[in-house]
Amino acid sequence: MSDRNSSATIPLLDDTETTLSAAEIAGIDAEIAHAPYRSAVAIDALKIVQAHRGWVSDESLRAIARHLHMSAAELDGIATFYNLIFRRPVGEKVILLCNSISCWIKGCEGLQQQITQQLGIGLGETTGDNRYTLLPVTCLGACDKAPVLMVGEDLHEDVDAQTLRQLFDNSGGGA
Amino acid sequence: MSLDLPLTRNVRPDRSPTGFAAYEANGGYRGLKAAIGKLAPAECLQIIKDSNLRGRGGAGFPTGMKWSFVPMDGASPGHKYLICNADEMEPGTFKDRLLLECDPHQLIEGMICAAYTIQADVAYIFIRAEYHKAAKLLREAIAVCYDKGYLGSAILGSGYNLEMQVHSSAGRYICGEETALISSLEGKRANPRAKPPFPQVSGLWGRPTIVNNVETLCNIHHIIERGADWFQSLGLTEDAGTKLYGVSGRVKKPGCWELPIGTPIREIIEEYAGGMADGYQLRGFLPGGGSTDFLTPEHLDLAMDYGTIGKAGSRMGTGTMIILDDRTCPVGFVKNLMEFFARESCGFCTPCRDGLPWSAQVLDDIEHGRGRPEDMDTLARQVTFIGAIGNTHCALAPGAMEPLQSALKYFREDFERHISGGACPFRDGGAR
Repeated sequence: MSDRNSSATIPLLDDTETTLSAAEIAGIDAEIAHAPYRSAVAIDALKIVQAHRGWVSDESLRAIARHLHMSAAELDGIATFYNLIFRRPVGEKVILLCNSISCWIKGCEGLQQQITQQLGIGLGETTGDNRYTLLPVTCLGACDKAPVLMVGEDLHEDVDAQTLRQLFDNSGGGA
Repeated sequence: MSLDLPLTRNVRPDRSPTGFAAYEANGGYRGLKAAIGKLAPAECLQIIKDSNLRGRGGAGFPTGMKWSFVPMDGASPGHKYLICNADEMEPGTFKDRLLLECDPHQLIEGMICAAYTIQADVAYIFIRAEYHKAAKLLREAIAVCYDKGYLGSAILGSGYNLEMQVHSSAGRYICGEETALISSLEGKRANPRAKPPFPQVSGLWGRPTIVNNVETLCNIHHIIERGADWFQSLGLTEDAGTKLYGVSGRVKKPGCWELPIGTPIREIIEEYAGGMADGYQLRGFLPGGGSTDFLTPEHLDLAMDYGTIGKAGSRMGTGTMIILDDRTCPVGFVKNLMEFFARESCGFCTPCRDGLPWSAQVLDDIEHGRGRPEDMDTLARQVTFIGAIGNTHCALAPGAMEPLQSALKYFREDFERHISGGACPFRDGGAR
């Protein structure tokens, strides 16, 4: 998490200004219509662009900041606060593994180890084929079905070794 | 005798959502019609005050009193806001998801009645990002309500207008703190704010704002329609109404049930949750989520209400219990919680930003056999200084200290065994 300055993960800045797509602008402007001032929709705008691009690059961040009439630095302060705004590339699907207390009691540490074995990734990492990124997440509010995880927008409950094999066996991740 | 359970009457066994037609056919939107145009906002407020409804998000503050601080009758011209806190993230808490996914119209009706009472003209549902299904259902339900004239201009032909929208969040537990939630809704980092001014006077964009939990708001129209006396009669003890109680951990049937408030803990754990799973014994439990103090088997016969649990040295919190069994390490249990709170600190104030990772590190050392006898004093000092309300900017860090301080009280010998033995006694041959 501490290698944000590494050129291997964050593309070097260039002078080419990325612009927002018409669809992104339409989505953001629809939010602005409900807001008292443009920068009030900062989080919505980040989510809209992330929905289109998968993550929020430095270039995307600057384009959003220009559209909201705020500084890129201020917007980055907001973007990096929220764990579900991705400032680094993620795979096609993000695996959100709950590691809060009820899932810990029911063995989420073992699930994490098995995911690492199956997909070859630890927390914060993405498979070589770019299909999955594994992240920990705060209690998902399904503790009666612990342990749980999400793959993309889908919640999986009462997860065990067999569930993980079914979910990820043909993924061929690894590096 | 069957129980009168207003909040879950539309919850189906398969947890499929109740749509508009089914909701209205089962008496839905009668509370709305009883309130708007029939009762003055001040009359609605009096009913809620008389009902003794207390906030279901964890703090238990009386809802009517909270609302009574909102300036009324043109005392603060301009927008007023009602916000539903659907940012359910307290570890071990899984009750609002049930209400959101199974009966979205119930929340919307409660919100319209609440907004009318405080004369808010804009309402938001602040929902955590991961609740995709609930957000979609709520957006659909809101659209139906606009079509039916239950939202928008001149609701039911009255002079009352209300706009409602869903805001899907972008993560972080601290957003559940009401002033942090307001910061986040304004598009900022979710740092909590100093109080006063209180949100009722200066909240969202500096305007009067009420933030209430999902379960709290789901009660409002039932109370307005059926009366304060009815609501009071639902409770078994001094508290009023019903409560969504949950049990998770090593019990036979983990789950969430609406029961009369004040139901004995033993009944919830042994009857509804089916008792401990085979091969496990009860050692303790957090009564209401990850930031409440442990209670032990000696507390099983207490009534699950705000006052009783408070007198026992804990808090009812969200009402969703987390069970500590005899094969799970209490040190590991508290360490998991402390790492959670350390991760979720907003970083604004030093005791929380630096203190919680320090506590987590000490617990990690003890858990992995690197603990020293003086670590017990260090933990006790952290509880004293970080746990005191007023030493930190908000209640996150004091909440984080609650399970730790009570674990030091009830499970002290487990900590000491880790330190003297240089290893976790639960890891070898234990359940984990």
